[in-house]
Amino acid sequence: MVREETQNQPMRDKVLIGYGQGFWGDSILGPVRLVREGPIDYLALDYLAEVTMSIMQKLRGRNPKAGYATDFVAMLDRTLPEIHQKGIRVIANAGGVNPGACLDAVLDLARKKGIKGLKVGIIEGDDVLGRVDELMASGDALANMDDGRPLSAVRNSILSANVYIGAFAVAECLAQGAQIVIGGRLTDPALVAGPMIHEFGWSRTDWDRLAAGTMAGHIAECGAQCTGGNFTDWRAVKDFVRIGYPVIEASPDGSFVVTKHEGTGGLLNRETVISQLLYEMGDPTRYLGPDCTADFTSARIEEVGKDRVRLSGIRGGPATDTYKVSISYQNGYKTSGQLTVSGPDAVAKAKLCADIVWGRLALDGCTFEEHEKLVEIVGSGVCHEGIAAPCDPPEVVLRMGVKCADEDKVDRFGMELVPLVTSGPPGVTGFAGGRPKATDIVGYWPALLRKDKISTRVRVEVS
Amino acid sequence: MGRKVKLREIAWARSGDKGDGSNVGVFVKTPAHYEALKQQLTVERVKQHFHAICKGTVTRYEAPNMLALNFLLRDSLGGGGSESLKTDAQGKTHGLALLEMEIELP
Repeated sequence: MVREETQNQPMRDKVLIGYGQGFWGDSILGPVRLVREGPIDYLALDYLAEVTMSIMQKLRGRNPKAGYATDFVAMLDRTLPEIHQKGIRVIANAGGVNPGACLDAVLDLARKKGIKGLKVGIIEGDDVLGRVDELMASGDALANMDDGRPLSAVRNSILSANVYIGAFAVAECLAQGAQIVIGGRLTDPALVAGPMIHEFGWSRTDWDRLAAGTMAGHIAECGAQCTGGNFTDWRAVKDFVRIGYPVIEASPDGSFVVTKHEGTGGLLNRETVISQLLYEMGDPTRYLGPDCTADFTSARIEEVGKDRVRLSGIRGGPATDTYKVSISYQNGYKTSGQLTVSGPDAVAKAKLCADIVWGRLALDGCTFEEHEKLVEIVGSGVCHEGIAAPCDPPEVVLRMGVKCADEDKVDRFGMELVPLVTSGPPGVTGFAGGRPKATDIVGYWPALLRKDKISTRVRVEVS
Repeated sequence: MGRKVKLREIAWARSGDKGDGSNVGVFVKTPAHYEALKQQLTVERVKQHFHAICKGTVTRYEAPNMLALNFLLRDSLGGGGSESLKTDAQGKTHGLALLEMEIELP
């Protein structure tokens, strides 16, 4: 049902790109409702986070058919007939560390639903886990961007290594006719800028337009966080239940309107858009991506109608000659657990409980450094420590945690929380879920890699 | 003399994680308020406000088209990412914390 790609096809003057999944774990209602409740040409979906890739590598290690976002296939299970019938093209980084297996799963699903001729494409080349030694041997130290340490410091603990791929790989996959585009570690903005490049024929040196596509992607990449979600003035947000997910209405000149489907809930105005522009922002004049550098301070931002905010005049410049690489590594163990402590004197009793736990562990020869321990008395001003005024709430939640290199010590800590219910001060309750167990700490290692070391590959198959 | 108000009465904010630190973006509605913001929301005052949360340096950026300031608070997440044990390991609540600051309006 996708329009045929031909030379003579006139360029569309408007393209609608919905963003239905802001992160791994976002509501399935986002994409389901975007497909159902209004017009979109493209549906962009983000399923990855830094820690996700290491989890997926572990799953793949146990099962060669695993290591991608199964949520994506579950979402398609509910929407694929409608997506196919309406000709909506889907772009997702759901491939994780195994795009090929994700491709097979989507083709299987299409066949099961009797959909013939569905073109599904994958983008590969971002996963460099198997190339780490080769890259290091050829002179890439893959040094930690934050502290400069060479990767050799953690070489034996590496769990995953992926390059952030940009929008041109997405455009290439679309040009080959894929209706469903599955990538691995694509940047979130590439999911939005990719279709713009494809539709409008932007070149690799169209810096201003590429910057506009990147900025549109940044606004949309957390889903409902630009349409009223997490907005300071929450009382002004109507109907959170049916909050609308963002739709980018893109134009060939690089200007675009952020909007949402008619009749959906939430709030979309200049303030909700600026809020999201500032999210996870560093230097706003130099937003770095694989395709360009965007200057977020160049944009003109104006309300042009109900639920319509237009951005124009965006300027950009060349990208750097390196890709960002996201490497994860095993960096020890951690756990945490919690108990509820009722009043009177909830805070004082919670503090006593924490002292009892550390004291009993010491009696058994199990001690931790200060920086390995955490005590939080949730309800007494933990999030705004040093800012919120002290108070004496009717109850608090005592959260305690530890982290260290010794897994046994972490598990030993986990055994000493629940005994407080019967051997501590009165009013201790709310212990559920069993003893907290040690889990892996996944260290994050950002690095840079010369672009000429990476080439992406596109493959399209038909159901 | 000006009028002292809590920042939350005139500004919006959003925060999130940047490695082992957080960023806090804050913006206002009018150019007059933006001037007040630029003059009074100094790096020193913000660092003092977050003294119990931010263990590293504070950097400030300006985005005049949004009437916004952006602050990077380094070492404010107890390690950041998967390494942090804290409830707010991603600095999601640091924006609202900033809005508890006071500002004097002309």
